[in-house]
Amino acid sequence: MPLGSIYILGCSECATLCKTGGKDEVEQMKQQLESAGYTINGTFVLDPACHKKNSRHLLRSELAIIQGSDHILVLACGDGLQVVASLFPDNHVVSGTDTLFLGAEDKRYVFGRRCDLCGTCIAESFNGICPIGRCPKHMLNGPCGGAMDGHCELSHDYPCVWLEIIEKADKINQRDTIRSIQPPHNWKTSLTQHIGDEE
Amino acid sequence: MNVSVLETLLNQGSFVVTAEIGPPKGSDTTLFSQKAALIKDFADAFNVTDNQTAVVRLSSFSGSLLIKQIGMEPILQMSCRDRNRIALQSDILGAAALGIHNILFVTGDHQIMGNHPQSKGVFDIDSIQLIHIAKRLSKDGYFQNGEEVKRGKPTVFIGGVSNPFASPQSYRVNRLEKKAQAGAQFIQTQSVFNLERFAVFMDMVYEQGLHKDLFILAGITPIKSEKMLNRMKYHVPGVDIPDNIYNRLMNASDFQHESLIITLDMIKEIQRLKGVSGIHITALFWEDIIPKIIKEAGLLPRPSID
Repeated sequence: MPLGSIYILGCSECATLCKTGGKDEVEQMKQQLESAGYTINGTFVLDPACHKKNSRHLLRSELAIIQGSDHILVLACGDGLQVVASLFPDNHVVSGTDTLFLGAEDKRYVFGRRCDLCGTCIAESFNGICPIGRCPKHMLNGPCGGAMDGHCELSHDYPCVWLEIIEKADKINQRDTIRSIQPPHNWKTSLTQHIGDEE
Repeated sequence: MNVSVLETLLNQGSFVVTAEIGPPKGSDTTLFSQKAALIKDFADAFNVTDNQTAVVRLSSFSGSLLIKQIGMEPILQMSCRDRNRIALQSDILGAAALGIHNILFVTGDHQIMGNHPQSKGVFDIDSIQLIHIAKRLSKDGYFQNGEEVKRGKPTVFIGGVSNPFASPQSYRVNRLEKKAQAGAQFIQTQSVFNLERFAVFMDMVYEQGLHKDLFILAGITPIKSEKMLNRMKYHVPGVDIPDNIYNRLMNASDFQHESLIITLDMIKEIQRLKGVSGIHITALFWEDIIPKIIKEAGLLPRPSID
């Protein structure tokens, strides 16, 4: 990013939870950029960034300052980032985070992937555990041959999601449900670009 | 007679030998053809791998055609990693049209394990779904979407793989059962080093009667070097090399000789197991040992069609 003035935006929801774009991180970023020679015109933590109407409302009083900045740095997810970009069509917008997945906080500050937002939920076939979101090969008919000692073939740090599916099926006497063949998935719905009717 | 020689041999009850040939990392096939010619008379059909371990190589399709041209029986491998259901069905039609009738369907090693880890994997379908698609195409004449095949159902002898050593063990037979239900006709297993575990698996297979629906070929791998042994024991997903075999090889005064003895013993033990229809040899970077193994295992001459 070429030297110049920056306005920093954070988000009160996921980016705050993930410690990538909350109040503290926005402040840290401000100090780091200032010491690197940038001018910080202002900061604001949106509540949340993805709420377009609310973001527009919240930034009303900051509009001129933001529009007058060389760069808008967004510490929010890819969704929040693009909401900001749509609110400031004439500004250079920079992403300050790499959005990884839709997941859950499994332990404090430890997050796990859950859902790939494919648009056709089949998790019911696996008692609420999704192998599309959680298996890197989207295996719908059982664990691949690379699953050893309960680990995913990608890394010993990743447990194989199929172990969880099988254990749960056994626990609730549903082994038969995961013995039948799961047909090819419908990926068409994952291409949905917008949804909803205008009022 | 079936179009597939492999299918015919299995149906007539021959103890079948298949062997794997890895295509080159380039387009010069001189060495590949030489290697193929060397083992031509020592196995009944030959797997040509599909970018195995997610490393780019000459395509399985081209390799299969090349060996077919020198009179060998190819087993084309098809993985779900790099192609979606459109491309895979198209390749099944193409293979059958060119006289390649044995196809082994696998999900494939994840691209992150290979030499282009930044690539995007496809995984539109998994191996079981692909096996079912191949069955619908070849036996019923329908594409995955339900449309009818026009101008010729492809003739395919449908293969799959099984790893009895992967986890969880209790589900491994379920998965094999699914492959049979989906339409698989033959199975090649992961290389067997842990005989005890393999015997337990085969007992379960036999008990369920799955060997009646599937010809099962047990995987055999002679390990060429200490380096290969360590790689396979510690870095290749899905391989189970028990400590006793590992130590025996590591302490051997002549590594390759010991490896040969272990391989021959393994073949002998596997032949005793109920439900096994043959062996599948994967001699990684050591294809020239195959003739010796087959000869010393007493598996010569290879059978001909009755």
